[in-house]
Amino acid sequence: MIQAIAFYLFALVVLVSGAMTISSRNPVHSVLWLILAFFNAAGLMVLVGAEFIAMLLVIVYVGAVAVLFLFVVMMLDIDFAELRAGFVRYFGIGLVLAVALVAEILIGVGAWSAGGIDLARRAAPTVAAKSNIVQIGELLYTRYLFIFEGAGLVLLVAMIGAIVLTHRERSGSRYQNIARQNARRPQDATRNMRPEIGQGVQL
Amino acid sequence: MSGGVGLIHYLVVAALLFTMGVLGIFLNRKNIIVILMAIELILLAVNINLVAFSAALNDLVGQVFAMFVLTVAAGEAAIGLAILVIFFRGRGSISVDDPSRMKG
Repeated sequence: MIQAIAFYLFALVVLVSGAMTISSRNPVHSVLWLILAFFNAAGLMVLVGAEFIAMLLVIVYVGAVAVLFLFVVMMLDIDFAELRAGFVRYFGIGLVLAVALVAEILIGVGAWSAGGIDLARRAAPTVAAKSNIVQIGELLYTRYLFIFEGAGLVLLVAMIGAIVLTHRERSGSRYQNIARQNARRPQDATRNMRPEIGQGVQL
Repeated sequence: MSGGVGLIHYLVVAALLFTMGVLGIFLNRKNIIVILMAIELILLAVNINLVAFSAALNDLVGQVFAMFVLTVAAGEAAIGLAILVIFFRGRGSISVDDPSRMKG
């Protein structure tokens, strides 16, 4: 009973905040609604027993992706009213397509649950005795090790790509030239002199 | 999956969320930031689907796959926003209609 109440609460808030994300007038509000949607989706995943993915959702999506969105939205000085110009124009066709899409998906779900489609065997059956994260870890570091490494590579490429794309040389600032610094020798840079008293020095 | 909440419930929620993401791309056709957020919503719906099936079928692969989807979503957001920032620097606007003028 309490599970059903929690499910309907989380599901309702996910859907409402999803709707607010796409219809909000101010993109900052959109990001905040998106964060709420992520939190409630994490709640849905906790309910179903996938604790690790739920925590990952909170850490990665809320902690990193949503904050990145927030930074970019606040950093760029954009006239958002102008960008909303097509909102009403595309509302009708968008709604028609959305209704068609959701009807198709629901028909698919209905067909799947009505027919006797079942998996022949499980790829990685869960064990009740072990916790969720232990099982995921065992799977991730054995069978899916190379895919896991590939995921790390994807993140590395994304990181380098973001740095390369957004880095720019500033014309006004002076950078340290380490090669020139190291190539400099004392005999080129300094001079021994014995100036006469009262004559001053010549530089 | 207990307390009267079954796989179908989760699938319906995910379907509605997915559709909302697609609708968001249509509605905010000019605003790239909200389009990226709508894509995040779509990927979230996919993740809910994967996790729900994983729990219903007692198979852990769905959760592992959801993790990889999460990884790609994070990378996509980083690259997308970086492109957005340099695009804004160059043009002073992020309207989607503008890049279609850039031929090649």
